Amino acid sequence: MLSKTLHISTSPHINKGVSTDMIMKNVVYALIPVALFSVYAFGINAFLVVNTSVIACVFTEHLLCRWSNQESTISDWSAIITGLLLGLTLPPIFPLWMTFLGGVMAIALGKFVFGGLGYNAFNPALVGRAILQAAFPVAITTWHPSFLEDRFVSISNAVLAFPFAKPIVDGISGATPLSAFKFDHVATDSTDLALGLISGSTGETCSWLIALGGVYLIYKKMMNWRIPVTILTSVFVLSGILYLFDNQIYPSPMFMLFSGGLMLGAVFMATDMVGSPITPLGIVIYGIFIGVLVVVIRIWGGLPEGVMYAILLGNALTPQIDSIIRPKVYGTKKAML
Amino acid sequence: MSAGITKNPQIKAVPSSTDEFIKGLWRDNPVFVQVLGMCPVLAVSNTAQNALAMGLATAFVLLMSNILVASLRNFIPKQVRIASYILIIATFVTIVDYAIQAISVDLHKNLGAFISLIVVNCLILSRAEAFASKNTIGKSIMDALGMGVGFVFALFCLGAVREILGNGTFFDISLFPDSFQEWIIMILPAGGFFTLALWLVLFNIYKIKQA
Repeated sequence: MLSKTLHISTSPHINKGVSTDMIMKNVVYALIPVALFSVYAFGINAFLVVNTSVIACVFTEHLLCRWSNQESTISDWSAIITGLLLGLTLPPIFPLWMTFLGGVMAIALGKFVFGGLGYNAFNPALVGRAILQAAFPVAITTWHPSFLEDRFVSISNAVLAFPFAKPIVDGISGATPLSAFKFDHVATDSTDLALGLISGSTGETCSWLIALGGVYLIYKKMMNWRIPVTILTSVFVLSGILYLFDNQIYPSPMFMLFSGGLMLGAVFMATDMVGSPITPLGIVIYGIFIGVLVVVIRIWGGLPEGVMYAILLGNALTPQIDSIIRPKVYGTKKAML
Repeated sequence: MSAGITKNPQIKAVPSSTDEFIKGLWRDNPVFVQVLGMCPVLAVSNTAQNALAMGLATAFVLLMSNILVASLRNFIPKQVRIASYILIIATFVTIVDYAIQAISVDLHKNLGAFISLIVVNCLILSRAEAFASKNTIGKSIMDALGMGVGFVFALFCLGAVREILGNGTFFDISLFPDSFQEWIIMILPAGGFFTLALWLVLFNIYKIKQA
């Protein structure tokens, strides 16, 4: 007879007590400064866009769980992250009805059709954004200058566009550093870039706050540091080589690092635990693949920004990487490559 | 057949011509149930007009090839039957190709290579192989009509949704005020996949509820 105090269980025997919702909660904490800065920089418009996106994602998740007779999974905070990330990648004067549609698509097509959290092949927020980019190419590339005087009192007409109606863009629109470089060949002041005093998607402008959030998650061991490090390094190295080759045509590596959605993508989106490879070597390959694609799309592609497509393609490559690179089984002679 | 089961004459009964017609419309719908001929379904269903034209062209080829295959079914040797079917189908596709050119050059341009590709549409070949080569001319006609109408119906369902959302029009008639925001993705190939998936979902929900 076994005594009642003897527990028999399979490994692992030591666990840290880290659950899904705890990790997700910490990611939300890391994203809150970024979201606050977006409201500080773009005012009430950004506040509305980000909140609509979060509400759309949570609402869709709850509704779909109910329809499929499952327990609602909104309490694991993952839908909130998807909503935050989607909202932070949209332009500040993006119509709210399109934002809502994007949130619904992100959860329904990016996550739920695959089977919910843990089964999504692609980052749901980026799926939502990719659909919005293909559906409304004009609205999603209409940028707005940051730090306007009246940003806390006036709401743009474009944001409040009636559902299914075209947004009416009032006043001035601002080019992002990347589009200014691509189409007008104007380099943005590097101090502005570093401090985030530039135009762009709501959450992508302030690179150092995003990096800070990343450092917090790495410190908490809730994110694999190899992913952002390999992506940023490969972007830096490749664009550095090109810059040394001809500094008239190609942008400087620092510009590449701090402009556009690279920091946000590398820290918060490429690190999606489901969409990234398992082994360290696999992660390095994944990171370099994304980094190279970002540079290739930005410099030679038709679009000024390519982080979204690079990460989605990286997600698509992940199962292949994982099937080729397998961890060495303990006790066997050679690593199975 | 196991001996213990008594055959129910009503289940084993030979299907009537009407059954052959109805099955293509609904129970065995070529697009929504059999998921056949996806190439034209996804590629040229970006407007209602293109979808309707493509559907009708395919239905015509299907009808004519079914008739000819059924009437020649006792003369075609087994070994060369696929080649013979393709030859028969290609003949009618050529007729359709020239007919569309004569009716409207614009439409011909819109449909492009997909008219010629009707030859390799698996729906037509599957009906020739699975049905017309084993059944009488009359039944084959009913089968082709049912499948053809089912195909036109399915393509039209896709084309209508994609044109209304993607362009704000229906048969080139503007449906909404000028402020309507088009969903560009719907007239792109990705929109074809989304729309097809949504129709399949609706069909399956309906079927499950019925059963």
